[in-house]
Amino acid sequence: MQRLSIQKFLNNKVIAYVIAGSFLLFSVLLGISIGTVSVPIFTIIQILLSKLFGVISIDQIDPMFSSIVLNIRLPRVILAGLVGASLAIAGAAFQGLLRNPLADPYTLGVSSGASVGAVLTLFFQISLPIIGSFTLPLLSILFSWATIFLVLAFARKIERSMRVETIILTGIIFSSFLGAFISLMIALTGDELRQIIGWLLGSVSMRGWEYIRIILPFFVLGSIILIFNAKELNAMSFGEERAHHLGVNVQKRKLIILTAGSILTGAAVAVSGTIGFVGLVIPHLSRLLWGPDHRHLLPLSILTGSGFLILADLISRTIISPTELPIGVITALIGAPVFALILLQRKRMERSG
Amino acid sequence: MLNVQHVAGGYSDEYILKDISFEVQKGELFGILGPNGSGKTTLLKMISGILPFVSGDIYIKGRSLKEYHSKQLAQIVAVLSQHSSQSFSYTVKETVSLGRYAHQTGWFQTWGEKDESIVQKVMKQTGITSLQNKTIQELSGGEKQRVFLAQALAQEPEILLLDEPTNHLDLSYQKELLDLLKNWTAETGLTVLSIFHDLNLAGLYCDRLLLLENGSININHIPNEVLREERIRAVYHTDIQKHPHPRVPAPQMVLLPEKNQVKKNIQINDGLLRVTDEFIELISPVPLRTMSSGVVGSGTGWHPAFVNRHVGKDYNCSDHRAEMALFLKANGFEPSETVGMMTAVFLEDVTFKYFEGTGFSIFVVVTAGVGNAVDASKSDLHTFEAVPGTINTWIFVNGELTEEAFIQSIMTATEAKTKALHDLNIHDVVTGTIATGTSTDSILIAATQTGELLEYAGTITPLGKLIGKAVYECTIEGIRKSQKRKRL
Repeated sequence: MQRLSIQKFLNNKVIAYVIAGSFLLFSVLLGISIGTVSVPIFTIIQILLSKLFGVISIDQIDPMFSSIVLNIRLPRVILAGLVGASLAIAGAAFQGLLRNPLADPYTLGVSSGASVGAVLTLFFQISLPIIGSFTLPLLSILFSWATIFLVLAFARKIERSMRVETIILTGIIFSSFLGAFISLMIALTGDELRQIIGWLLGSVSMRGWEYIRIILPFFVLGSIILIFNAKELNAMSFGEERAHHLGVNVQKRKLIILTAGSILTGAAVAVSGTIGFVGLVIPHLSRLLWGPDHRHLLPLSILTGSGFLILADLISRTIISPTELPIGVITALIGAPVFALILLQRKRMERSG
Repeated sequence: MLNVQHVAGGYSDEYILKDISFEVQKGELFGILGPNGSGKTTLLKMISGILPFVSGDIYIKGRSLKEYHSKQLAQIVAVLSQHSSQSFSYTVKETVSLGRYAHQTGWFQTWGEKDESIVQKVMKQTGITSLQNKTIQELSGGEKQRVFLAQALAQEPEILLLDEPTNHLDLSYQKELLDLLKNWTAETGLTVLSIFHDLNLAGLYCDRLLLLENGSININHIPNEVLREERIRAVYHTDIQKHPHPRVPAPQMVLLPEKNQVKKNIQINDGLLRVTDEFIELISPVPLRTMSSGVVGSGTGWHPAFVNRHVGKDYNCSDHRAEMALFLKANGFEPSETVGMMTAVFLEDVTFKYFEGTGFSIFVVVTAGVGNAVDASKSDLHTFEAVPGTINTWIFVNGELTEEAFIQSIMTATEAKTKALHDLNIHDVVTGTIATGTSTDSILIAATQTGELLEYAGTITPLGKLIGKAVYECTIEGIRKSQKRKRL
């Protein structure tokens, strides 16, 4: 009875958004506040309000604080948030589409594909005319898009029914191959090892506002597309045939959803490298707390995903301060056990019928 | 409603279906039958638009299937397939609500009052309202099936396609589901196309059946024509027998198990008969095929035990069947395995005779009394009064009888009994004419169904001759014994 009332409480969608929103706000404030120089939360709020609305003057605040907040911590937190949100919503969409709770941009190999695109752009300094600074995300997106279709085609070739494990195995094969390819490329251009690790395990440090401008339009575009396809995702998580019977134009919607997922992943990877497991852990947790309905799962994943990555980034830069860990180390430490847990749970469910 | 024209196609180069044409009218319950691999599911997938067909065309409400958009098609055709995967724990209501997808248009696709009321209605119809907040992963196979049926119904379809809908269902839900579908087709004009594995269910519920064999239509006709022994045997390559449903005019098929047990040579004779003051019993080592008018075990069936029980003349019980069943149980008989009769005659006056013919033999047991003898031709002068039977005739045949032979045996035995009464000059006390029997006579024909096949039992057939003789002699002797006892 108690459990039921707790579930009912959590099922209330308004409360779900309040909880997820508060979590994000809490993460943002914590992420800006903590560091080598600690900034009081009240000061942060003052700085942000004055910057946003210009009502409060910040004359009496230490200019060092405002400089740290506005030029260093805030862009970093926002970037981490956007990357986390992109990966989480993309993961939720991939999972729904493939009926596969283990799918996320990382386990599917899409992140690695995008990474190849980004590394190619940066190390050969490719810059396409007209689009200029958007060459980086566009090539990443193109590569992630190609990777997802390759992975799915390959998995289908192995087994028509595309079992969960088959897809993931295929993704991991692609992932290691592409990862090795990235390492090779960076090494051949003569850069240092840190760079390689940065791309393989991901990082959001020292990026600044410029990178936020790169990811933001793609994040907005991809998220809107996915949220408008939430119903179709619901139908498709019952199988493509079932979705077809319900009236979903499966081929078209599948293409749209995979493309939107690639846009989000590509853009996120272009600014931060391959950060693993965010897209696995966050949708899984959100589904556990608030149910699998994609109309709510997708927005809630955005909120919790961004909060989660902001906190992960905070830990990665403070835990062995002043040295910074790649953020992917933290997400993998949390994500890999969750991955194992989901796998175990699935097997147990299959066995019990 | 649905018109399939020369459709052919399959998964790869090899065609699974070849030149399929048929039409289904509005409000029909149309069954698709066929052995595994005959193309049933492929056909259903083509009609639901999942599998493209190579040649021919399918028309739904006069429009080619290819002209429909996904949503338009889903507003007309709903599908309940055999397997549904569910990787995530949606609630029952969320699952059913997805059925409204095709009816929600526009950018924001809002959930209206109509949607809600339809979802509530179909959940009620399928009996899952109480489950609506559970997740589908918590449900049993049968409950899941009903949830997906509700989802299909929420589409408000005009055509419902079902792939073995009763697959995961208990017996009671199978019946319930099919009753429900049958009612809907009659009341709302819903057209149902369903694949059946169970020929009997198909025969019971469908208006028409389509039998597929190796991707071609074997026949498309009413159940009685489709479910013919020879046809089903040929298509399914198995031994079956057809017989009518006991209650409704529908054909039923029964499987015949391979007979590989050694045929025991069973002989029913006086060695198996035991007479006590209370009852006469005969226990056969194997169940016998019976046709009888006993108090218990009447009609046709298979029974190993036979009981003729003595009751007093004043026996009077409002529910004599139940009382008899209790009596049988108390004496160690299983009522469902027993043919039981009653008589007021003293059981030591029982007469029995064993006769052998060529290749078969019969054993006849009679208890006879003529206290309430009646002339059947003038029986309307009698007021009805059910008193325990006074001439009970058992005829055991060591041989195999056809259905005709069973009925002819009854006729022959009755004629012999009547002749016996005539020769003994037994009178009906009310009319004063010669009696033809008593008012509550019972008869049993029981055959071992092994050995010689006896096709007929008319009065001059080998079997009929023996029955006539045995029944006549036993009846005469029995009546004499009871008359003697009366005179004493």
